[in-house]
Amino acid sequence: MGTARLRHDAATRFTHHQQESMDTVTSPPASASNPAQTIPVSLEINGQQHSLQVEPFVTLLDLLRERLQLTGAKKGCDHGQCGACTVIVDGKRMNSCLKLAVSLDGASVTTIEGIGTEAKLHPLQQAFIDHDAFQCGYCTPGQICSAKALLDEGRCKSRADVREWMSGNLCRCGAYNNITDAVMEVLESKPGAQS
Amino acid sequence: MIRFDYERPSDVASATQAAHVGAAPLPQVRFLAGGTNLIDLMKENVEQPTKVVDINRLPLGKIEASPDGGLRLGALVSNADTADNAEVNARYPLLASAILAGASPQLRNAATNGGNINQRTRCYYFYDTATPCNKREPGSGCGAMGGVNRIHAILGASTDCIATHPSDMCIALAALDAVVNVSGPDGERQIPFLDYHRLPGNEPWRDNHLKQGELVTSIDLPAGDFSGHYTYLKLRDRLSYAFALVSVAVALKVEGGKLADVRIALGGVAHKPWRVPAAEAMLNGQAASPELFHQAAARILDGAVGQGTNDFKIELARRAIARALAQAVAGTPQSHTDKRIA
Repeated sequence: MGTARLRHDAATRFTHHQQESMDTVTSPPASASNPAQTIPVSLEINGQQHSLQVEPFVTLLDLLRERLQLTGAKKGCDHGQCGACTVIVDGKRMNSCLKLAVSLDGASVTTIEGIGTEAKLHPLQQAFIDHDAFQCGYCTPGQICSAKALLDEGRCKSRADVREWMSGNLCRCGAYNNITDAVMEVLESKPGAQS
Repeated sequence: MIRFDYERPSDVASATQAAHVGAAPLPQVRFLAGGTNLIDLMKENVEQPTKVVDINRLPLGKIEASPDGGLRLGALVSNADTADNAEVNARYPLLASAILAGASPQLRNAATNGGNINQRTRCYYFYDTATPCNKREPGSGCGAMGGVNRIHAILGASTDCIATHPSDMCIALAALDAVVNVSGPDGERQIPFLDYHRLPGNEPWRDNHLKQGELVTSIDLPAGDFSGHYTYLKLRDRLSYAFALVSVAVALKVEGGKLADVRIALGGVAHKPWRVPAAEAMLNGQAASPELFHQAAARILDGAVGQGTNDFKIELARRAIARALAQAVAGTPQSHTDKRIA
């Protein structure tokens, strides 16, 4: 019993920092008396540069919401099963709840706050309004970030394509048909509308 | 999530060194790549590493020709980029199809090839630390036996564990006879894909034959053209973004009207991708027919045992194998977006 999942041996925990030759980022060991170890992280978020000190366990989602007050990305399931936290990292849509912020040092992040403005909505935002593509709205920022990436990927041609490639974004209100309508409208509009 | 030390090495030797004290591997060190499974498990306290070694800066992010004329998939290439790769699509469309059948676009963008093959089971009891699980807590028992076991194994299970390996990508890699390249303190070694994962036996906490502190650096696809006759047929509880109840990867050749070099790998049914060479041999050199397909399916499912709520998977798998063989022979692989089964 217990041969595989050996519990952490506190006595050995602080003896293994011996990577002198490494070009590496190494956090100092945590302990009850030193709980606030942080790692420098540089992120470009919605075009603005941020230089931050971040604890290793902080996810990108928590950094955005709790530290930078960018609360557009939502914490739905916090386990990569709903897509409400979807943001765009270096051009790729990802679940921000499953990325450690420290692992993204140097990355460029786009959140819903970086897509359109109240004065000039992104075509997707206008299409979501026009097609009544939400009820409660909680999944909508993730839906729009995902849809923007979908348009940029340039893969989808049909309604079936859109449904499949939007499958990572759940809508508990069940507005899927209207979400698909909204994305299809922008997809089929003139190319300039997609940027 | 518990607190952990964090390191971000820039080369493979430093990464494996960071997982050791001298020659001794540190049991509670985890390599972090895409994070889509590890971070999830850490939030659930299923994984509680004392140190996380972030390997994302390692130079393992390329897809390139392998020495034997095949293709080498870097461990850190994302699943999405692998499925999108022109060489993969031209020469190994079965792999692209299987990858695209899994997870969601967001997850595939983050998840890596090395991470995919090392992901843990999605057994509900493994995830729920309030329940017994021999894989998570050796000796504690198995909640899935006699419990809710719809997604659990019908082949190769043990009295200790009936978990399944959840990957779609791995089922295609098994059919394609891929080889896993790993690096550790003792140097590099190669593991044939079917020998990479293991059955639970009486050590269900061991998912595979990777040694503690070893790192997957790449996956080799051998030369061999199955682009004309292949399919990845995945059956699940919803049409997308769900793990397989049963999946079947088929790759074969048709030479002079006869089947040749048939490979059939099953997903969602066992602790590892499931292949039965004897069943494949039954098909080689024969003319395709529904009767023959059903005979091969019966051979593959020889010894299959249901656990209660997954009994249906035996018949589902039998029909899926026959259907997938028919799709592959006809050259009409399962569509990723049109969910009607061809």
